[in-house]
Amino acid sequence: MDAHAWQVFAQSFDDILIPGLCMTIPLTIAAFSLCMVVALLLAMVQYAKVPGLRQFARFYIWIFRGTPLLVQLFIVYYGLPRVGIVIHEVVAAIAVIGLNYAAYCAETIRAALESVPVGQVEAGYCTGLSYIQIMRRIVLPQAMKTAFPPLSNSLISMLKDTSLAANITVMEMLQKTKQIVARTYEPLVLYIEVGLIYLAFSTILTWLQGRGERRLSTHRVKRRRNENADA
Amino acid sequence: MPMLEVKGITKGFGTLDVLRGVDLTVERGDVVAILGPSGSGKTTLLRCINFLETADSGTLIFDGESFELGHVSKRDIARLRKKTAFVFQNYNLFSNKTALENVTEGLILGHKMPKAQARDVGRRALDRVGLSDRYDYYPDQLSGGQQQRVAIARAIAPEPEIIYFDEPTSALDPELTVEVLAVMRRLAEDGMTMLVVTHEMGFARTVSNRVIFMEDGVVAESGPSKEFFENPKEERTKAFLRSIGTTMAGESGKKENQAKE
Ligand SMILES: Nc1ncnc2c1ncn2[C@@H]1O[C@H](COP(=O)(O)OP(=O)(O)OP(=O)(O)O)[C@@H](O)[C@H]1O
Ligand SMILES: [Mg+2]
Repeated sequence: MDAHAWQVFAQSFDDILIPGLCMTIPLTIAAFSLCMVVALLLAMVQYAKVPGLRQFARFYIWIFRGTPLLVQLFIVYYGLPRVGIVIHEVVAAIAVIGLNYAAYCAETIRAALESVPVGQVEAGYCTGLSYIQIMRRIVLPQAMKTAFPPLSNSLISMLKDTSLAANITVMEMLQKTKQIVARTYEPLVLYIEVGLIYLAFSTILTWLQGRGERRLSTHRVKRRRNENADA
Repeated sequence: MPMLEVKGITKGFGTLDVLRGVDLTVERGDVVAILGPSGSGKTTLLRCINFLETADSGTLIFDGESFELGHVSKRDIARLRKKTAFVFQNYNLFSNKTALENVTEGLILGHKMPKAQARDVGRRALDRVGLSDRYDYYPDQLSGGQQQRVAIARAIAPEPEIIYFDEPTSALDPELTVEVLAVMRRLAEDGMTMLVVTHEMGFARTVSNRVIFMEDGVVAESGPSKEFFENPKEERTKAFLRSIGTTMAGESGKKENQAKE
């Protein structure tokens, strides 16, 4: 590689990082928040076997898991204007990515809910708790602990998949990089550069995941303290 | 007036008739043992009485109030459950809660007890089952016997009128069985009303005052325990006692005596 490539590499760092900080990350946070709310609802109506809503949840998951995210983005951003629905590209990206991931995360959460022994639910009833109290105090905390690692995975995937929003003109990291490539003709270093920035972001998320997991299992720490007290 | 009366309870799973008209009566202060071979419907009976399963038909009379088991309203179920408690074969402690929280959760949320008072009551309940040194342990840090004793503390804390036990010791090693049975024996001595499904003949013989023997979804024989063990009337009961009586009665009787030391 020549000096020009390295120069472009160095000069473009800020130009790529800034849309990363100002678009990729906020986009991920917004889409993931939406995803969690929808996924939780989809999982709960299935877990609680709410008639009607349960079938709706299966249908939703069937549609969103069964079609490509990119196609969904195109339908919403390029397709819907044909019937008079014009959505800002960032809003479209948040909505489509969030709703798409909700389909996967709903399955993760549902499996986690179902992994909580049903005996604990029955014990909850027998000690006078209501269904809502049992969900809130017993089932959800355990399920979220189980679901935390796979959900963290989804978050990291989503962060990378926000690059698909480049296809609907959202000015996120990849879109910005493409622009710089068009100007400088240094695709190799620039695409490697944006890849490295994604890698840095994912690494931070992985680190946060590890911390989160440790926090969720704090009672193991308590155990050690108790055992020491006994000794 | 009996505290609990069940009349003609029936329950089927698909084509399988598990309960085929069971009657039983529990007086205040009674310790009633339900015996019977595996699959005779003992667990199903307890679960129907506490609405964990919906019986197909039958009447439940609790404190003089009568309910049709097939259709009891959610409100009545919630109300009745506050007067009863259930101890499961596999403890079913809340794994995300400490021993103390397992006990206080129902007091605070179900019985609307102020938190400080609930913790007091909870600690006393754990003291009663001999777990004063395990308040802050999580279920997976406790032995099976300790977990079952937490479950018993959880059951007694709200001062229920009756506790249902479903084979409380059958998931436990013999040494741990002893400590749980000792706790139950003390509860019985304190006058707690208990309905206990058990395979522990020693317990049934020495602690319970009445025995119900179930077979194939019906009560084959019932009566005072002394009479039941010393002078069973039905052929099937005799056969059952012969098959398990000699070994089990002798053994668990001895084990419990050791535990009392
Ligand atoms: N949820 C269920 N669905 C279908 N069949 C069931 C269900 N629960 C129990 N049964 C059947 O009902 C019968 C009685 O079961 P139950 O658990 O009441 O027996 P049990 O007397 O408690 O036996 P054990 O001493 O082994 O605990 C069994 O044949 C069992 O297979
Ligand atoms: Mg059983």
